[in-house]
Amino acid sequence: MTDAASLAAGPVCPTPLDSAGQVLLGHGSGGTLSARLLRERFLPRFGNPALAALGDAAVIENPGGRLVLSTDTFVVSPLEFPGGNIGTLAVHGTLNDLAMMGAEPQALTVGFVLEEGLAFAVLDRVLDSMAAAVHGAGIPIVTGDTKVVERGKADGMFINTTGFGVQRDDFRPAPDRARPGDVVLVSGPIGRHGMAVMAVREGLRFDSTITSDTACLVPMVRRLRAACGMGIRALRDPTRGGVASALNELAQASRVGMLLDEETFPVPEAVAAACALLGLDPLYVANEGILVAIVAPEVAEAALDALRADPLGSQAARIGTVIDEHRGLVQMRTGIGGRRIVDMLPGDQLPRIC
Amino acid sequence: MKYLAEYSDPEVARGLIARIKAAATRRWVVMEVCGGQTHTIVRQGIDELIAEQVEMIHGPGCPVCVTPLEQIDRALAVAARPEVIFTSFGDMLRVPGSHTDLFQVRARGGDVRVVYSPLDAVELARAHPDRQVVFFAVGFETTAPANAMAVWRAHQLGLDNFSVLVSHVTVPPAMTAILESPDNRVQGFLAAGHVCTVMGWREYEPLAARYRVPIVVTGFEPVDILEGIAMVVTQLEEGRHDVENQYVRSVRHDGNRPAQALITRIFTIVDRQWRGVGTIPASGLGLRPEFAAFDAEARFGLSDIQAQEPAACRAGDVLRGRIKPHECAAFGKECTPEHPLGAPMVSSEGACAAYYNYGRVRLPIAGTS
Repeated sequence: MTDAASLAAGPVCPTPLDSAGQVLLGHGSGGTLSARLLRERFLPRFGNPALAALGDAAVIENPGGRLVLSTDTFVVSPLEFPGGNIGTLAVHGTLNDLAMMGAEPQALTVGFVLEEGLAFAVLDRVLDSMAAAVHGAGIPIVTGDTKVVERGKADGMFINTTGFGVQRDDFRPAPDRARPGDVVLVSGPIGRHGMAVMAVREGLRFDSTITSDTACLVPMVRRLRAACGMGIRALRDPTRGGVASALNELAQASRVGMLLDEETFPVPEAVAAACALLGLDPLYVANEGILVAIVAPEVAEAALDALRADPLGSQAARIGTVIDEHRGLVQMRTGIGGRRIVDMLPGDQLPRIC
Repeated sequence: MKYLAEYSDPEVARGLIARIKAAATRRWVVMEVCGGQTHTIVRQGIDELIAEQVEMIHGPGCPVCVTPLEQIDRALAVAARPEVIFTSFGDMLRVPGSHTDLFQVRARGGDVRVVYSPLDAVELARAHPDRQVVFFAVGFETTAPANAMAVWRAHQLGLDNFSVLVSHVTVPPAMTAILESPDNRVQGFLAAGHVCTVMGWREYEPLAARYRVPIVVTGFEPVDILEGIAMVVTQLEEGRHDVENQYVRSVRHDGNRPAQALITRIFTIVDRQWRGVGTIPASGLGLRPEFAAFDAEARFGLSDIQAQEPAACRAGDVLRGRIKPHECAAFGKECTPEHPLGAPMVSSEGACAAYYNYGRVRLPIAGTS
């Protein structure tokens, strides 16, 4: 925590006016307002020995093994959406990125950029969600930082999380390990997060029952490790760009082709209907609580069973195979027997005219 | 949702493919008018599955694609003005103008917003009385009623800070232009289901009779399209040239009369330029004189902006069905979705984007070369 020790030491100037339930520039000044923000809002939620030490940096025992590091910065509009908020995304996102590399997460750091005028009510809900997420996962936030910028210079708040974990020799999924004959699995229904956010976005609101799938995938990956070990070749959480982009990245990194079967994809009816209405393809819609797995053929059934045994994986499905032809390309057999490429998109999908 | 799943049913689709194969005694040339149909066809690989019986030619029904370049340039000019909130359907944002696109205008500080309904743009005008809200009113007869409603609503509210940049086009004159063309090869049409939901199919009857072509009003799901093709092929084999309706769950003979009345109240028929094609007489909609106050072109003095199409782009030939997208020399080379030369490479309904995104040319697939 930058200058955290001095901030937490107590008021150094006359007690400021009440901030009327919102973030003020003074909350980023390093003065008493900053100290109160930390003491009243952050420490009670995330308290643990490493954080409570309030040093300039966290000190953690070396757990052995290969260290795996991941960082991610979260910007989402609106900040809250059905099923979650920017805080849940920030915790789950980084934990999931570590899990996709086969790492057992050890600790998180968090950095906030808050916009002047942000309501404390919103900040508190986000912090509550983050606290619930880290406690649920059992991974501590060991150090952090907060900055405040003038109104108009941030969209409510931005959050960065960095995490580190440990990877062992018996479980090393990596993007370049897919090989022909492997099986492609998806752990659950696709497209929920992106459509949940779109349904509440300014200018595009529509009535929907879709909730974000934001979730921590660490327990699910532990099941895969226990059931299949090195038979799990590659894992990816298909966030921005959706399942299509994630599989393209794996196909390119491993220099293999993939052939998917359109009929096997678990697409929730509400997602399919909303996508049809807006002219979007659920394959490119963001997810925050599913993974795609490339697994050796001999462990495919065991991997599927392991996924389905997880509370998040009841709809896990086999969606395709890794092939030798058309390396770097992902193809799909369509429901009626045709064939097409599932390509990367140059940018975001855009709602169509009619 | 039921309405989607049952129209993608693989069993039904395979039955229709078998019906087309059994009916065709020769190879017929059929055009699907609408870009939404083009995408279903290429995405599902329908044209490959019936390639020996039917050559599918992709028609001009992509609203983004046919919006003339100078109209895009006018949109870009007005969107860059500091007092303007420029509103548009999503897929116009990446369409290249002569020098830039709406995304780049936004990155440089222009207030460009995606709306899904033009009435949302009217609401923006109400919420921001100190700003000028401009809506880019493009599209065929499908979007015309909602766009007309936006103008009517702004008129009722007495808003003086709302205007529309109009580039509306209509389908029958474009079909006439294709049929009149000396090198026309189209023998039957799938008419655009959503256009006919508004307009009905009355206006297609004289076309079918005069040019002796079967026209089948067709939906957008795989089963719709295969059934529409089967109906066209059956007519061709029997020597008939009727207008038939495959899209019965949405389209009636007379269409949606209140929607038509609204269009007529706000818009009048005008000559309209089609991107890559040129001016087609009486092929567009413009604001009636009594609603001229809502005309963004006049309000912001945009009429002087003229533009020259890039020579390498053969969008006009693609839109008229003269060439397939990959027969253009620029396809996949100078022209990709990341760096499009013309609108058909951008829009979700553009034929070039459909061919590129779904991998034609890169995959050796029968019937596309």
